[in-house]
Amino acid sequence: MSIGTLLAKLIAVFQKPKLDRELDEELEAHLQLCTEENEKRGMSPGEARRAAMISLGGVEPAKELHRDSRGLPFLEVLLQDLRFSLRTLKRDASFTVFAILIIGLGTGASSTVFSLFNTVLLRPLPFHQSQELLWIANGGESGLSGQTTQVGHLVDLKERNHSFADIGAYFAFYEAGDIKLSGTGEPERLTGVPVTENFFSVLGVKPLSGRLFTPEECRWQGPAAILLSHQFWVRRFASDFSVVGRTLILDDRPAVVAGVLPASFDFAASFAPGQRIDIFRPFPLAFQTNRQGNTLAIIARLKPGVSFGDAGTEIRVFAERIAKERTDRNDFRPVVTTLQDHVSGSFRAPIVLLASAVGVLMLIVCANLSNLLLARTLARQKEIAIRAALGAGRSRLISQVLTESFVLSSGGALLGLILALAGTFLLSRTNAFSIPLIDHLQVDARVLGFSLATAILTGLLFGLTPAFHVSTLAPNRALKEGSRGSTGSKGRETLRSLMVVAEIAFACVLLIGAGLLTRSLLHVMQTDPGFRPETAVTMRIDPSANYATQVKRNAYFNEVLQRVASAPGVTAAGITDSLPLGSNRSWGAGAKGVVYPRGQYPNAFVRIVSDGYLDAMGIRIRTGRDLTPTDSLTAGRTILINETLARTLWPGDNPIGKVVDLDGGREVVGVVHDVRHLALEKESGSEMYLPIRQTDDYSSVDLVVRGTQSSADLAAAVRTVLSSIDPGLPVREYRTIQELVDRSVSPRRFFVFLLVAFAGFALVLASLGIYGVVSYGV
Amino acid sequence: MPGKVDLLQGTLDIMVLQTLSAMGSQHGYGIARRIEQVSGNQVLLNQGTIYASLIRLQQRGWISGEWGTSENNRKARFYTLTKKGQKQLAAETAQWHRIANVMTRILAWSEGDTK
Repeated sequence: MSIGTLLAKLIAVFQKPKLDRELDEELEAHLQLCTEENEKRGMSPGEARRAAMISLGGVEPAKELHRDSRGLPFLEVLLQDLRFSLRTLKRDASFTVFAILIIGLGTGASSTVFSLFNTVLLRPLPFHQSQELLWIANGGESGLSGQTTQVGHLVDLKERNHSFADIGAYFAFYEAGDIKLSGTGEPERLTGVPVTENFFSVLGVKPLSGRLFTPEECRWQGPAAILLSHQFWVRRFASDFSVVGRTLILDDRPAVVAGVLPASFDFAASFAPGQRIDIFRPFPLAFQTNRQGNTLAIIARLKPGVSFGDAGTEIRVFAERIAKERTDRNDFRPVVTTLQDHVSGSFRAPIVLLASAVGVLMLIVCANLSNLLLARTLARQKEIAIRAALGAGRSRLISQVLTESFVLSSGGALLGLILALAGTFLLSRTNAFSIPLIDHLQVDARVLGFSLATAILTGLLFGLTPAFHVSTLAPNRALKEGSRGSTGSKGRETLRSLMVVAEIAFACVLLIGAGLLTRSLLHVMQTDPGFRPETAVTMRIDPSANYATQVKRNAYFNEVLQRVASAPGVTAAGITDSLPLGSNRSWGAGAKGVVYPRGQYPNAFVRIVSDGYLDAMGIRIRTGRDLTPTDSLTAGRTILINETLARTLWPGDNPIGKVVDLDGGREVVGVVHDVRHLALEKESGSEMYLPIRQTDDYSSVDLVVRGTQSSADLAAAVRTVLSSIDPGLPVREYRTIQELVDRSVSPRRFFVFLLVAFAGFALVLASLGIYGVVSYGV
Repeated sequence: MPGKVDLLQGTLDIMVLQTLSAMGSQHGYGIARRIEQVSGNQVLLNQGTIYASLIRLQQRGWISGEWGTSENNRKARFYTLTKKGQKQLAAETAQWHRIANVMTRILAWSEGDTK
């Protein structure tokens, strides 16, 4: 059959009423012409018409012949089944709505989870040739310092390696709101990531406008330049290209806008989920930055043709050699993974778990619908029997039942797709979950295909049982038997009961899983973090360039602390350089006078804090005293340590009065309770608190205020005080300490929330299944 | 007297094409009558089958049809051979002659063989 003929036939199928009418007219004309001729030959009018009919061979057979050669019988049967299904489903509207709702919720849930699976695990990272990208961590100690690498190692590795096309890095210790933007417009805190000159070229990112950093700008104390993230450019500069080349005032110093990065490059989505990155600054690879110790997170691009394993081996060999050559440097124990693994590896297990849960849920959906459809078929036994008795073939009856289930599953799939679109939209918009790449969540072709396949598969799965049932139906027995209730045979009852049992079993699996995860979430949330998150707020208050010297800064801190503490409703106020559950750095911290073997020198997380911080944060003091304003630049060097560090340095001994080998020796004046600084589920390590007035080794300053009123009122009161001290200070944004805690458990909460929702849905479905069996079975 | 001839599969289409080629534009009844007449009433034509043939030929683009008025003022659908239909008819005719020739030769040969 040629395409043209096929097309003509296809058109004919959809022009049926018109063509049928024309055929009627044509046949009528035929009969009249024939009758007239017969009359001319002398027949009576009645006889003439009868003879005409005979020579035509009857009107209906002629029509049937015509229709058979005109259309596509297969398609017409399908359309007929479809129309019939729609009619019967319309008659049974409550069943239809219910069935479509179940399938819709099921496909919606599974498509949403699949799009998460697709975005986080299946799709390559949004970088050019992302499979060539590796993440080189430093597998030293815990904490961020332990995972980052010293500048010197990067420089040497770049020069000496044979496996990599290029190696770039970013400075891992940037903090949210590190940078103050002032000058035109409202002053604002920005988050900026310092990156090496080649960072963008390693990732294959080209600027949307302007240029990347020049070698000149990447020198120590080179001309200040920044690149704007697309998001920030749109938000602050309303997508105005003329900002490129302009000078902005950052931390009271001018910096030129070198360029704008494209929307496709989203640093936060891959490296800092849940954060908002505004700008990028050059990070010089220089003697001065090498001195800062472990600072860099390294990303390398493999040369084409070099395997992952070979590159790993080369780096390990390099690390061993460099350890001998450069004993002055920090340890470098490289741990090489693919960048994809680094970004989403830890989310693989929970997402696979979620996908399995949704799979089980879909099985319940299928069992449930199968049961419903089976019950419906039993109720329609008579109708089916009559149709069989009138000559409907077995295959026609089965195809009818299957068509019905396909209509239902397509309807459900449509609803599911709408739900999935809504679901992915909501998930990608909320900032509440720190899950990588979640901003890029969307329904793409693969998700569409998945939804379609799910619909077809469920259609088949829940359509098969009733179809099989129809095919075994004996019309005479069904017609003879009386009421609906007595028609189900023992075997069918068993089948339906088994399905309900399976449903309940699956639902139990989900419920138990959800229950266990909820319990572990609750367990995590109930762990004592070592501080009291409630009724405390925090705000960035980095001193401006006016406070150029340490003496001036200390005066600024004094004023802030005094005036904020006396503000209405404030019970405690303190300053820290790093809040819990954020990024962390650690320094070597040994007991003075003790010689440790190489590689076993104690490390501790460093916090630089003021007096009042412990109270504001709710951290308890075990022995000794809190810091005071008198722990000043001119006074003797002091330090607070936590219980773990005390046990590590002086086991079984009273640490008060002992000296930590730091800045030429700091006297321990107090021991404080352990704080979970990395994550709620991670044990706290060794920690130490240095008085902020005795060091300038901090890059950011957060004010923590505890009060008796609501956080908004508290923040407002603090804001008023701060504005009077420094009108140029951006004080619009504040966070509650509870938000920090919530964010840190957000991925876990996200998964638990979804799983609980699925389990609840499964429970409802299983209950409906029981109800169905009971109500039809009586 | 021999009975009427049953139509071979597919021959009706050729007859319709040939009739339209000989008569020009014609309606369904006219074509059916014409085939009966030309065949000397030897063809057992169920006139109703002509309409299945007509729609088939239309869909293949070999004939076209439009509504018109018959000589005795009746509204009827008139069919005309298209260019494509003419070519098809020529091809079918040639093919038919070839088969007929072969059949005739073979049948003649087998007669001779039995004598």
